Amino acid sequence: MQTKRIPFSSRWLPYALLAPQVIVTLIFFIWPASQALYQSFLRQDIFGLRTDFVWFDNFSRLFADQLYLNSLKVTLIFSVGTTFLSMSIALLFAVMVNRMIRSRDSYTTFLVWPYAVAPAIAGVLWWFIFNPSIGIMPYMLKGFGYDWNHRSSSTDAMILVIIAAAWKQISYNFLFFLAGLQSIPQSLIEAAAIDGASRFKRFWTIVFPLLSPITFFLMVVNIVYAMFDTFGVIHATTEGGPAQATNILVYKVYRDGFVNLNLGSSAAQSVILMGIVIVLTVIQFRYIERRVNY
Amino acid sequence: MVENNRWGNFFAHLVLILGVAIVIFPVYVAIIASTHPPGTFIRGVMPLLPGPNALENYKTVITDGRSRAGTPPIGGMLWNSFVMAMAITIGKLSISLLSAFAIVYFRFPFRIFFFWIIFLTLMLPVEVRIVPTFQVVADLGMLNSFAGLSIPLIASATATFLFRQFFMTVPEELMEAARVDGAGPMKFFKDILLPLSITNIASLFVIMFIYGWNQYLWPLLITTDPEYYTIVMGIQRMVTGGDSEPLWHLVMATVVLAALPPILVILFMQRLFVKGLTETEK
Repeated sequence: MQTKRIPFSSRWLPYALLAPQVIVTLIFFIWPASQALYQSFLRQDIFGLRTDFVWFDNFSRLFADQLYLNSLKVTLIFSVGTTFLSMSIALLFAVMVNRMIRSRDSYTTFLVWPYAVAPAIAGVLWWFIFNPSIGIMPYMLKGFGYDWNHRSSSTDAMILVIIAAAWKQISYNFLFFLAGLQSIPQSLIEAAAIDGASRFKRFWTIVFPLLSPITFFLMVVNIVYAMFDTFGVIHATTEGGPAQATNILVYKVYRDGFVNLNLGSSAAQSVILMGIVIVLTVIQFRYIERRVNY
Repeated sequence: MVENNRWGNFFAHLVLILGVAIVIFPVYVAIIASTHPPGTFIRGVMPLLPGPNALENYKTVITDGRSRAGTPPIGGMLWNSFVMAMAITIGKLSISLLSAFAIVYFRFPFRIFFFWIIFLTLMLPVEVRIVPTFQVVADLGMLNSFAGLSIPLIASATATFLFRQFFMTVPEELMEAARVDGAGPMKFFKDILLPLSITNIASLFVIMFIYGWNQYLWPLLITTDPEYYTIVMGIQRMVTGGDSEPLWHLVMATVVLAALPPILVILFMQRLFVKGLTETEK
């Protein structure tokens, strides 16, 4: 890793400059993370009187636990659904906006602001629209003969949280897709047009493949978002229900730790989540390296 | 554009206008709902046109809150959110500017080691290590305080990386010139490096302010005293606080007030926001 050619010389100053960040990191990041690792090997009895060292027992219990396996499955459906929905809508918008010349900036302004809405608020907004007794959507769906109720139907609840989480993420994906589209050389598209490729064909054989690095990057970012930043969406609306149908991993860590007070299990879940984040971050960074190289 | 297709353009506008309408719809509904008297929501489907009670509803939430359900007036919560967001933003920016400066402009033992410690924070979001972090903050006696709300969230690897990258592009000659003129490291930092980084600082400021304002899980855990509730978490208390259906007209007025500040920030600083977003994530 480089520095400047002739660095400043001081024996103590660099440490003093680094100190605030390193201290915060050690106290609030590294220490709790190692505590989680340590606690994941312990188990307390129900009265909190005795703590035993149980090796990997917490982990093996988790993977034998029907509720945890269910939560894994729910998280998978939720993150794939959110990622796919918000990325495909964002790509559609970006392609359309990219055709515009004069109105490009105004459309962008209109599409960009949901980024600022907190996940919890996004959840409450869609929860209100889909409210079974007064919401506008159930009323319209009833016209089509569908009886919407996210309080009793697991599918409905899942659709609700996916829509809320995806809605908020559209603006982010849109901005990156638009930037990607604008960096595609116009000459390639013109050449294909001269060869007689239709608009549709040009998109799927030229534009979309050239967007693939950005698509891949966004996929990772969206999965991270859906797995870790959507706590608010779940907590403010379905609270994991009905019948565990929307109990994603992050929400379960919180519930088991703070509501059910099962610290060993919660710590083990934290450790598994950290493993997932680390894998995703590494993938993301490998991608950046590749992009810098070509 | 390769060919100009009138129907194609018409179709594109149509898709976009519909899309924008769908994207705006939830907020439109919230604004409409916040202008109605409570009776509207008992009588069936919610309205799509504004009602007469706007002023009254907003006045109620700002000054009274819902004392029955234990939620304080919104005015105080808005202030708490603002203080928390500003503390997180300023804290993040200052500690990462300093550490990026140290990493780029000095050569010292364990430099790489410190770099990796900072890098690790990227991999440990609060949501993931929630219980032990809570314990640490509780042990330090920082529950129910602004320090507890903000300090644990101010370490930021992304900001440090961004500043590091930017400092690497600052020409070496500037530093040499400053040294020839007898400026020490801190003087160079203050008088040359900071003014040069001002655009980067501003665009990160936008992103981090939104990040800070929208914090949810953290304030939820460490504030039990209504005096420190932030607005985003306060909404959840309003929705689940009562025993019956939530008072939708008040909830939606609160939602509008909670969402407004960060949306305004984005709309007024769109260029900085886009720059900050695309640069922090790469």
